[in-house]
Amino acid sequence: MSQAPGKPAADIYNFGFLDEYAKKEVRRAILKAIAIPGYQVPYASREMPMGRGYGTGGLQLTLSLVGPGEVVKVIDQGSDDSVNAVSMREFIEMTCPGTTTTTVTAEASLIQSRHRIPELPLTSEQVLVLQVPYSDPLVEIEAYEAKRKTMHGEGDYSRLLVKLYEDIVKFDEITISNRYPTRINGHYVIDPSPIPRWDVPKLNQSQALILFGAGREKKIYAVPPHTPTEPLAFSDVPFRVEDFRQADGSRRPCARCGARDSFLDEFISDSGATVHQCSDSDWCQARLEGSEA
Amino acid sequence: MAYVAFKGGARAIAGAAAATECLRTEQGLTDPAADPLTIDALLNQLRLLVDRVVSEGGVYHPGFAALAIKQSQGDTLEAAFALRAWRSTRPRLAETPALDTSRMRLIRRISSAFKDIPGGQMLGPTRDYALRLLRLELMDESPEAFRSVARQWLKGCPKAQIPDSFPKVLDHLRSEGLLPALDAQARAKAFDITREPLIFPVPRSAALATMSRGETGSLLLLAYSSIRGYGDVHPTLAELRVGYLPVLLPHPVTGELSEVGEVLVTECEIVAMYQAGEGRDALPRFTVGYGACFGHNENKAINMAVLDRALQKGMQDGASFPAEDQEFVLLHVDGVDSMGFTSHWKLPHYVTFQSTLDRLRTTRQKMGAAS
Repeated sequence: MSQAPGKPAADIYNFGFLDEYAKKEVRRAILKAIAIPGYQVPYASREMPMGRGYGTGGLQLTLSLVGPGEVVKVIDQGSDDSVNAVSMREFIEMTCPGTTTTTVTAEASLIQSRHRIPELPLTSEQVLVLQVPYSDPLVEIEAYEAKRKTMHGEGDYSRLLVKLYEDIVKFDEITISNRYPTRINGHYVIDPSPIPRWDVPKLNQSQALILFGAGREKKIYAVPPHTPTEPLAFSDVPFRVEDFRQADGSRRPCARCGARDSFLDEFISDSGATVHQCSDSDWCQARLEGSEA
Repeated sequence: MAYVAFKGGARAIAGAAAATECLRTEQGLTDPAADPLTIDALLNQLRLLVDRVVSEGGVYHPGFAALAIKQSQGDTLEAAFALRAWRSTRPRLAETPALDTSRMRLIRRISSAFKDIPGGQMLGPTRDYALRLLRLELMDESPEAFRSVARQWLKGCPKAQIPDSFPKVLDHLRSEGLLPALDAQARAKAFDITREPLIFPVPRSAALATMSRGETGSLLLLAYSSIRGYGDVHPTLAELRVGYLPVLLPHPVTGELSEVGEVLVTECEIVAMYQAGEGRDALPRFTVGYGACFGHNENKAINMAVLDRALQKGMQDGASFPAEDQEFVLLHVDGVDSMGFTSHWKLPHYVTFQSTLDRLRTTRQKMGAAS
């Protein structure tokens, strides 16, 4: 691919773009986040050369963690070639010489993702970094950060539960589709980033370290490996993931690879038909290649 | 079966960048004598645009600010953002002490509190009293005429001795005991918003630093709300000054303060409604508000001073209006934050939308089945 116009040469920037003091601060915040699972650690988030809201928090985590030899995978909406993933990956390649990038989930040592957790179960050798727009699940019911901080400290999630209850009264369903509030290690409730409910169970007792970075809101939090996590629900209204059943009750397959065990994106084809396809491009591709082999 | 290719994002991004670059340079298609904008032309002829970006970028580098304006094709939010991102790559190597603005080399200083002030009112370069009529003669300005204007003006200027510094209007009021005492502790250690996150409530110096690199329009909106009716700051401009402020840094070996250069700064001090003094026998004193930022940005400095006053009131009595609310003001005035988040809605949201579709369909199904 030709060099896009206006791109600066890599060598005018430090390895990982950020200066070393900034990376050190991020690493210290990561350690604290791991020590207190689910606690939002404030940090002096730096401006990155991409928009606040484009994953600057996740990117600062990644840039502070990668070293030479790292194998990085970047995902947006499940796909390595979606626009946000492409610009992130190019930036990492430009500013972190010595690291390699991959699209294959199993090969990656560090995965930065927006809105998805890969379908392939992650291992203890891997770190997952999720990009976070809203770092606090309580923002839905309390605008003031100072008050929310107290509520978290006291484990006071009653108003959040009331919101879920009101949903059931009004709509007979909990209406939260993504960013589903999830309790970590029996105390803090986190906003797990805009992953679909489909991905929420993957947080529980994860083999991999999962880190969350909110650049604009200037917070870092973590779900360490082997940590119990539990989406908020009621004993008589259980948590439910997205329903991909067809009218006849059977599980809808991916139109491309035929998978019946993955999160599907639906879109409207040129002919006007609704098509369902794997959101996780690596999962889909691996199945296709596997079936060809 | 139709499906969407997973590939193509990289090519699309490169294509979009090339199309944007084409628009920057398309004058060359029709005008064989088209020249690219020079950084010098931007620095000189669009100085206020550069100053806005320097101020919002939060780093005093007019040359890079001009470059950022050029590459962003005049979008101030984008330009300040590029400058801020560059700033992220620079380590903090030293810290200046609180700089003394009475030592500013002024190009302009006015007070609306007094008819005359020690040192005199100095209008300097301002359009405050100009008629906003379009100057049609500039539509097709000849380079010769353009080059002679400043020369002619300087020729006619008397070589008056302008003093190096002017006394501050507030000092006069302070000596009369009409102002609150200076907070020596706050002056000794300022909060560095680039190195520490804001955890509310934050000290005044954190609020001032946040507003100083805040987005000009956002500060205008909030300050206007406060002076118009959603609040009651009625400011009198004790002093508004624009000029070059000497920057002092400790010598790396001896520690002795030495001047390393100067930065163009706008500073505004307002006096607002007086309030009871502290302690039982204390007499009432004026309240004050302070605004200062890089570059020549008068409106921004005034609005910042108004908001500083409003925020101090909110901290003291509790916030009655948005402009008095520290969290509300400080978390919403940063242009890089706000424009970034607004822009991000243009990114793909297929997954979250899919998830939301699932909720709506399920809800409709259940409610339909029940009725």
